[in-house]
Amino acid sequence: MTRSWMVAGVLVCWSTWQAAAQVDFSGEWAPRFYEDQPERVPGPELGDYLGLPINEAGRMRADTWDASLLTLPEWQCRPHSADYIWRGPSNLRISQEVDPVTREVTAFHAEWLRSVDRPVYLDGRPHPPDWSAHTWAGFSTGKWDGDMLTTRVTHLKEGYIRRNGIARSDLATLTEHWIRHGEFLTVVTIVTDPVYLTEPFIRSTDYELDVHQQVPPYPCEVVEEVEDRQRGTVPHLLPGTNKFVFEFAKKYGVPAEAARGGAETMYPEYQLKIQKSADKH
Amino acid sequence: MMAALWAAGAFGQTQGLGQKDGVPQDGEVHVLHVRGPIYMILGAGGNVTASVGQDGVLLVDTGLANMSDKLLAAVRQLQRETATNGLTENRFGAETRSSERALVDTEGPPKPIRYIINTHLHPDHVGGNEKISKAGRTLTGGNVTGDIANAGEGAAILAQQNVLNRMSKPAANQPAIPFAALPTDTYHRDMKLSHFFNGDGIHLIHEPAAHTDGDTIVHFRGSDVIATGDIFLTNSYPIVDLANGGNINGIIGALNDILDRSIAEFRLEGGTMVVPGHGRLCDSADVAYYRDMVTIIRDRIEDMVRRDMTLEQVKAAQPTKDYDGRYGAASGFWTTDKFIEAVYRSVAGEKKR
Repeated sequence: MTRSWMVAGVLVCWSTWQAAAQVDFSGEWAPRFYEDQPERVPGPELGDYLGLPINEAGRMRADTWDASLLTLPEWQCRPHSADYIWRGPSNLRISQEVDPVTREVTAFHAEWLRSVDRPVYLDGRPHPPDWSAHTWAGFSTGKWDGDMLTTRVTHLKEGYIRRNGIARSDLATLTEHWIRHGEFLTVVTIVTDPVYLTEPFIRSTDYELDVHQQVPPYPCEVVEEVEDRQRGTVPHLLPGTNKFVFEFAKKYGVPAEAARGGAETMYPEYQLKIQKSADKH
Repeated sequence: MMAALWAAGAFGQTQGLGQKDGVPQDGEVHVLHVRGPIYMILGAGGNVTASVGQDGVLLVDTGLANMSDKLLAAVRQLQRETATNGLTENRFGAETRSSERALVDTEGPPKPIRYIINTHLHPDHVGGNEKISKAGRTLTGGNVTGDIANAGEGAAILAQQNVLNRMSKPAANQPAIPFAALPTDTYHRDMKLSHFFNGDGIHLIHEPAAHTDGDTIVHFRGSDVIATGDIFLTNSYPIVDLANGGNINGIIGALNDILDRSIAEFRLEGGTMVVPGHGRLCDSADVAYYRDMVTIIRDRIEDMVRRDMTLEQVKAAQPTKDYDGRYGAASGFWTTDKFIEAVYRSVAGEKKR
């Protein structure tokens, strides 16, 4: 064997090893619903902040939120942001972007039924300066941690943690872990928000490969949903006037203070605290 | 209080604004391309919007006086980067034209800074007027050239009439503003440049009694970019300069006007791009979020005024608590308390009427 052939052999082995360190996430993925179905499909109940690490400001945003806000022309076609859209009921398509010269996968693109294209760049490009525009998808880069893809997402527009008025600010950042086990995809999202969260908020969501799936187009037209509404009206509830804040707690027999959320309510120890409190009374 | 703030030059300060939104705080000027010939220049004080191209340079605002050299250097750099030799490659037979000239001819000199538009009168937006204007040139001809000897000297400075009125009569303890820094051309309701500039129709629109009583938003209609001045900020509650004719309801009206003029590209994203007075580059969805926030807080305080609550009672009720983490400030020249007070006085004043 000549020296040049030896070098070529080493290079082949190296490139094969490199490829083995990456997982292909491309394909058609269908959402799988478990205990999260009530929140993800029909939608969460008003006043259900259970298990969310929100602060007082986040609670006030939600308490004063009026669903009629979504009838404003500015919000009728708003898609879910990158952090929330995994939780939507939509099917998911992930495609690869391949450099035709190096044949390296330079990005994954994720799109859902009502989303904007969301590229996750793998080519080492930097994030844009802080003063660049923010988008629903944010700006995502990824790096491999073995077979797991870890993403960092910045430049997000304001969005929501839950579709009942729990806001997530545009100063938030997102870290994700994409994990594939055969035909199953699990995505762990970790939202850090200095405005409305006191701790990172972590969720995991599952999808299953569905080779028969087709994500259709989903056009959205803005229409006048409320006739004769005065221009400039922004639907909201004045502080202290929301009659539905405790409806969820009453309906499900959840202690009212637990339904108000907060980091403490995320942890198992909180059940013991609530139990002790109930025993005292 | 507002008069005191103005007298102290507080509206020229930018310290305290920016940290929440990643705006540069390094004392340097940064350039961000927006679309076509339009650039956003940050770090010179208030944001500067620049149109740079074959027609020359048009600037919306000129930043702080002490940043003029850096702003001018950034503009010069953009002029160099966008300069061409004026030739396009010919792909047809012609007796006198050879496409080889496009390869040989050097770039022409930069086209001059021809227009400055002031969105309002505060020093972090007009501070560079004198130096930047002097670095430019106004194209004149005909009767103007004959009647006004210096008509071509310096770039024209456009503003709403109230800006000129107030800049001509500064507060009692403030030095007079140099004549060369004052607007040269004013309008009342709206104004359109009589010609396209770098491919854009330029529309100046007066937003009455908003941040001040002389606010202008500038719509670059080809590139579809709106420069808002301080009517819209991404790093602070809106600054209501009551002493100079500002009012919270005018700000809300102006934000709605910006939304009415905007068209998103897809799913409420992109399309019309919006350069705020301070903060990051935005689109209409960002304006809508801001409009919602300002309207909601106005409504809350208006309700409290209706219930005859005093200013101190309103402050104690924390009507901005859910937005303070994003837009509020406990120190600096525009604190949350000052914002609440300005809203209170705006709506209380209208109640009296």
